Amino acid sequence: MQYISNTEQDKKEMLEVIGVSSIAELLSAIPKKLKSFELKIPDGVSELELDRDLDETGHLNKNFKYHIPYLGAGNYDHFFPAVVDRLALRGEFITAYTPYQGEASQGTLQSMYEYQSLICELTAMDVSNASMYDGASALAEAALLALRSTGKHKILIPSTVHPEYRQVLKTYLSFVESQIIEIPMKEGALDPDALSKAIDSESAAVIVQQPNFLGILEEVQAISDLAHKNGALLIACVNPISLGVLTPPGEYGADIAVGEGQPLGNPVSFGGPHFGFFTVKDELLRKIPGRIAGMSVDKVGRRAFVLTLQAREQHIRREKATSNICTNQALCALKGAIYLTLLGKEGVRRLGLLNLQNAHESYETLARIKGVKEFSKRPFFNEFVLFIHKDKNHLKERLSNHRILGPLLVERFYPELKSGYLVAVTEKRTKSDLQHLASAIEESLDPPFL
Amino acid sequence: MSKLIFEKHSLNHASWLPALKKSEEELLRKIPGRFVRGAAPGLPEVSELDVVRHFTNLSQKNFCVDANFYPLGSCTMKYNPKALDAIASSTSFSQIHPYQDEDEIQGALKILYEMQLYLSEITGMDEFTLQPAAGAHGEFCGLLITSACHKLNGNKKTKVLIPDSAHGTNPASAALCGYEVVQVATNPKGLVDVEDLKKKLSDDVACLMMTNPNTLGLFEQDILEIARLVHKAGGLLYYDGANMNALLGISRPGDMGFDIVHLNLHKTFAVPHGSGGPGSGPVGVKKDLIRFLPAPRILKEEDKYLFEKTAPHSIGKLRSFFGNFGAIIRSYAYIKALGREGLRGVSENAILNANYLKARLKDIFEVPYGGTCMHEFVMSAKAQKKRGVRALDIAKRLLDFRVYAPTIYFPLVVEEALMVEPTETESKETLDEFVTILLEINREIHENPQTVLDAPHTTPVGRIDEVTAARRPNLRYKRELKQEAGNKKQEVVIVK
Repeated sequence: MQYISNTEQDKKEMLEVIGVSSIAELLSAIPKKLKSFELKIPDGVSELELDRDLDETGHLNKNFKYHIPYLGAGNYDHFFPAVVDRLALRGEFITAYTPYQGEASQGTLQSMYEYQSLICELTAMDVSNASMYDGASALAEAALLALRSTGKHKILIPSTVHPEYRQVLKTYLSFVESQIIEIPMKEGALDPDALSKAIDSESAAVIVQQPNFLGILEEVQAISDLAHKNGALLIACVNPISLGVLTPPGEYGADIAVGEGQPLGNPVSFGGPHFGFFTVKDELLRKIPGRIAGMSVDKVGRRAFVLTLQAREQHIRREKATSNICTNQALCALKGAIYLTLLGKEGVRRLGLLNLQNAHESYETLARIKGVKEFSKRPFFNEFVLFIHKDKNHLKERLSNHRILGPLLVERFYPELKSGYLVAVTEKRTKSDLQHLASAIEESLDPPFL
Repeated sequence: MSKLIFEKHSLNHASWLPALKKSEEELLRKIPGRFVRGAAPGLPEVSELDVVRHFTNLSQKNFCVDANFYPLGSCTMKYNPKALDAIASSTSFSQIHPYQDEDEIQGALKILYEMQLYLSEITGMDEFTLQPAAGAHGEFCGLLITSACHKLNGNKKTKVLIPDSAHGTNPASAALCGYEVVQVATNPKGLVDVEDLKKKLSDDVACLMMTNPNTLGLFEQDILEIARLVHKAGGLLYYDGANMNALLGISRPGDMGFDIVHLNLHKTFAVPHGSGGPGSGPVGVKKDLIRFLPAPRILKEEDKYLFEKTAPHSIGKLRSFFGNFGAIIRSYAYIKALGREGLRGVSENAILNANYLKARLKDIFEVPYGGTCMHEFVMSAKAQKKRGVRALDIAKRLLDFRVYAPTIYFPLVVEEALMVEPTETESKETLDEFVTILLEINREIHENPQTVLDAPHTTPVGRIDEVTAARRPNLRYKRELKQEAGNKKQEVVIVK
């Protein structure tokens, strides 16, 4: 396939205007030595053949349509109404550039402003930027912001924060004068005594994930109070879907609230592209990374939207920018905005409750199975850990037979939680899905199958 | 006036969600009261139809490649084949989880693995990571690798050299990694000044970051000498792939001596820009640097694709999971569709289109660095400025002719710069129309400059007050704007 629009005649005429006889002549600036190689890429194919080829490759994946996923851990199988993609994938959104030319980009700019407003409403925070790459990099940038704005150098992070987020944090902070202090867990949540001991006047921020990686609700208010008492900021990393039901970070005193936006209208898609949201209290407004849209007026006083506070950004400030971020995840954030709008005030509450309902129903059913053991008595939202004391390969086989994907074996990240499984249950899981999961687990524990 | 979604009101059923099986009170008993949200978030309340109309109407206020010529220099706004969107959104690829077991995601791993090979072949590098989410993220990755490499060799290097014509993310990324940024001058031919480079090279230099062709659209003819000098000084050579659209099948950064390369899949490899993302910024390295790549790499053993289990020297993770898969798969399909010949055709036609436009426009605008260009070129509105019309005004006037503006005031080394990149997918006819429009604007500048100074006239809004926007930031809708913000909060913001 080729997407060239010039005919051979066009090319001939163009070369004449340029005053050269061939395209090769246009490449004379390149040393000969650098042009002599043979590109070993297969021949091109038609769209028909391409479609068939990718279809075959796609069949090597087990997807959610024919399998029941109980995997979460940051990316969740939620239901998205058809409207989200129909709108977001319009050429006017998907093939537009970053809205630097405001007059030609009012659609994008207004939707960015609305996205920021929606995220602020959801999190009860004051200011939102227009998006980050993902939840993990948003959290890392939040830590950088805390270090910058407090002038202190310690970041306290509990081991209950998503393991990959902690890895990304480490990468981002590897160049900054800073110290990451990991706070251990107790019964699946941050150990408050350990935090009290670790926190001091050199602490820039305490990070907390709500619900945490293991699905459990952290005592966010107490953690927030402790952080502030010691002059540290509170960085909350939250699941946006939970905020229809759970107290938003702005209400328990978070100074910075970030999170993974995937659950808001973006398919899991093997982990990306999604978006990270990034919000702060007013005081930190001028220090935040990334693009922001603002409302202004045009020269005759009409409401108009524009990228603003650009004095923080790389294309103006170069090495003095608050972050190097340029391209972000605008289209994913747009999906988030459309999705939140479709949900509305009542819908966001119902969605949270549906998740709560299905997850707790599943928990109660599964925890009753003989051989399944509880991990923690603490409250949870739509994800929880259970111990299934069984040969993991055997369980895997039973789950596969029932066309189930997951749940996630958490010993991959927490070797001490041997045979612990993280089960994510969204509004999409039905009673019959649950029966499949329960049966698979029961069968794997049943002596005849040993 | 354009209403905000918050200013509209109709009945929202959210009937795409099922009803609850139990009462709210009963369900909320599952969690202690201190965790329960009191007031519901102030989301808008509008019907599905109104949501559809709202965002459809918003979309129609955008310029986009699907509707408009977009000669935006260094951004490569080429046509984004629709087949790629369809493939990326198919169930087989969009409905899979990154934590599925390897045997359940062989298709996804195959694509990532083969993509690593394709990009290595196209750039002449030895190995690629697909993890970075965008170009600047790729730069960050490349600089982390640079640092890790020097550290392992026991060298503490503190400086990064960057030509003065470079993209703003280069110095920002270097600063993020704690490096001191040192600029290298551009010579009268528009190329890296090798003499100045020699002066600035020292033991302290970690790397030189370059684009080739550079942001003036010129091929760095001395690149082999530059590579030799940088390597001799113990530094690495970093390639910013923003301009890779000029080189597919024509020349390879790896052969030029670059040690690290980042690509922008949303430029050269046809991922739509999405109004500012998602993009993807894969990073390629030479053999000696493979061990530093972000974890995990995708490997193939016999017929199985798998994640590398240990990587002791890896710089770690740059983001969660494995990169912007939905973008990567589009570029993978694009490379497969085009094939060897098609890829070369991309760059040949991009170069042809740019040189044709340059030849036709050089009598209207000054082209400070003459000669043959690669896939883009920079012209200057210096002459027009003498008549009181600046590059910005010309850019705004173009919008009235339904053409998106070229990149302006960049690179910084050209006064009143207009940077034009037509891309390979545009036809001669479109380019000719663009020339006609610029001739018309130039006539206006001579005869009636006010028309240009007041432009745009036909867009949904005219020139926007950016100063007030920055001084008194209004960054979100507030329901009780009058009582709450008007008196107190807004003032607080103004003071800052």
